[in-house]
Amino acid sequence: MTNQPLSSSNPRVDLEYRRKKNAEEMRHQVISFSIMIFLTFIAFAAVAAKGFTAWFIIPFILLLAVVQVIFQLFYFMHMSHEGHEAPSMFLFTGVFMAFVIVLTFMTIIWW
Amino acid sequence: MSTYAQKKGFGGTIWDYLTTVDHKKIAILYLMAGGLFFLVGGMEAVFIRIQLAVPNNDFVSAGTFNEIITMHGTTMIFLAAMPLLFAFMNAVMPLQIGARDVAFPFLNALGFWLFFFGGVFLNLSWFLGGAPDAGWTSYASLAVHSKGHGVDFYVLGLQISGLGTLIGGINFLATVITMRAPGMTYMRMPLFTWTTFVASAMILFAFPPLTVGLTLMMFDRLFGANFFEVAMGGNTIIWEHLFWVFGHPEVYILILPAFGIFSEIFSTFSRKRLFGYSSMVFATVLIGFLGFMVWAHHMFTTGLGPVANAIFAVATMAIGIPTGIKIFNWLFTMWGGSVKFTTPMYYAFGFIPSFVCGGVTGVMVATAAADYQYHDTYFVVAHFHYVIVGGVVLALLAGTHYWWPKMFGTMLNETLGKITFWLFFIGFHLTFFIQHFLGVWGMPRRVFTYLPGQGFDTSNMVSSIGAGFMSAGVIVLLLNVVITQVKNVKVGNDPWEDGRTLEWAISSPPPYYNFKQLPLVRGLDAYWIEKMEGKKAMTPAEPVGDIHMPNSSFIPFMITLGLFIAAFGALYHADDKSWALPVLIIGLLVTFGSMLVRSVKDDHGYHIHKEELMDEEKGAEA
Repeated sequence: MTNQPLSSSNPRVDLEYRRKKNAEEMRHQVISFSIMIFLTFIAFAAVAAKGFTAWFIIPFILLLAVVQVIFQLFYFMHMSHEGHEAPSMFLFTGVFMAFVIVLTFMTIIWW
Repeated sequence: MSTYAQKKGFGGTIWDYLTTVDHKKIAILYLMAGGLFFLVGGMEAVFIRIQLAVPNNDFVSAGTFNEIITMHGTTMIFLAAMPLLFAFMNAVMPLQIGARDVAFPFLNALGFWLFFFGGVFLNLSWFLGGAPDAGWTSYASLAVHSKGHGVDFYVLGLQISGLGTLIGGINFLATVITMRAPGMTYMRMPLFTWTTFVASAMILFAFPPLTVGLTLMMFDRLFGANFFEVAMGGNTIIWEHLFWVFGHPEVYILILPAFGIFSEIFSTFSRKRLFGYSSMVFATVLIGFLGFMVWAHHMFTTGLGPVANAIFAVATMAIGIPTGIKIFNWLFTMWGGSVKFTTPMYYAFGFIPSFVCGGVTGVMVATAAADYQYHDTYFVVAHFHYVIVGGVVLALLAGTHYWWPKMFGTMLNETLGKITFWLFFIGFHLTFFIQHFLGVWGMPRRVFTYLPGQGFDTSNMVSSIGAGFMSAGVIVLLLNVVITQVKNVKVGNDPWEDGRTLEWAISSPPPYYNFKQLPLVRGLDAYWIEKMEGKKAMTPAEPVGDIHMPNSSFIPFMITLGLFIAAFGALYHADDKSWALPVLIIGLLVTFGSMLVRSVKDDHGYHIHKEELMDEEKGAEA
């Protein structure tokens, strides 16, 4: 029911509740959007600033990227909502497979 | 009366199949196309066995032999086994979950045409300067330096048909997740639906690595890149990894639906609930998961190092555990059941010992140290034919007999079916059992001939005679199909009389909307439950109402045709032919133009009205 649009003809949609929910969601999106902008800024700054080695910068930027992906999935692609269990399971499985493959490649082909 | 039930002429039928989005008709298309490629691959197999029947044979040249073995493997895996499984998935899975079609009927049609045109493109290589000759694995160190266009046909053809498979897999996933009938929980799904679901998830994760590998190979061969060119700083081993990251899950994509088919057959003809249903589901999922952790066992001899070899060897042996669970569950399903020996049940009986042989040799070759002896010998050839023919092909033949009435409304002849079984089963063991010994005696695989006096002569002759038996079995099956369709004796809903799952609750073949009212599922083996309570049909879960149906569309065919044309352009572009680039561009324009038409043109489908459904019901009673 939470996935139905406000204009739904379904009489059981509680408009007041939906409005409150939407407002809350909008607030979350704005907050996460500003955090993401901020993280991007930090990433640029880490590269631009003098004194950091590549051994610090590369893992640091990758970490920031992972955080951004999580924000993206949960706040903009609604993965926190109900009814997204199957997609999340597939996403996490895919992430795990990719991790295993990359780990193998890193350990037995390239090094 | 619905206009769709009218009689059509021959041209009308062809047009109907070219534009259909109905999962049952797409299933028939998959069955016909997959069957055709199965015959092509089978003929290639016969040529291999004729060439190897006697030492120093010159039936084909060494180069042609390489092309034949490459095309035999590629055709059988990508163009025969997978589409034939897709045929049953399409025909049966939506019925088993009580759905009216798959989630995306348009994509279903697109997936079929992509597979078909990819397959045709690949096979056209025979007439356009030579087939691929680098083995079905197309290892980069051979493939990059292969002369002519053979490997280009392989790369582009598989890219197109792989796209179709990926689309099909995603479609099945969405169907199982979203379109189950009321009451059809995950743990009430028939095993064939479960295995379809897990195999589709594996397609989703396994095909992208193949796509990446093929793309890199395409750039190497056609556009002058050097991903796999060691002299230019590339790495040829990466292709092997990418290929097997795809290739190993691929064999489980093939065997899991085969397990599903046999699970249905065992429980139907033992007239018993499948023993250990939940452990079967668990084993299926576990095999699917572990299937991704073992690919490097194909590469033990490339020098991965002892640690990597040990890890992949142990992971591989672990797969024996869920597979063993399944074998015992099938045995316990039969134990105490009232077993009926129908043709599908013959195949199911034959499958267990055959597949166990393949499993045992699987653990043998998984032992990394021992694999240095087995690698690249006929032992490996025997092993994988025991699992693929003894598992997948027996399942396909069993499924053909089992679901033929549901797909076509006629029953294949049981006597001819049993003759097919005995010919094929004896031929299969005759061909491949001796190859274990050939391998251990030292006969390498992929050699086009051998010298006399090495002790290989008699065994190779025996193996070739076995191939003759298998061919005879397939010919009897074809005869059976022709005889059955000419006689055209229609059968009712449940021709085996022991149907347990939802597909047997509706007519054979089902009406184009499948279920007039979605059925209410009250447990595992939904139809059996109703039958045991003396009911003739499923309890409906909804009142009779309008049914929303998708329109037929010619666009999937056009999208694919564009890619097919573009592939020729890409292929001959490497020869600096002046017409190649325009052909490439025209092909892509056709594809993207068709996609654009699809995007901008509203197509809301149509409704079958309630009154029409009621009329049909009255018509049937009168």
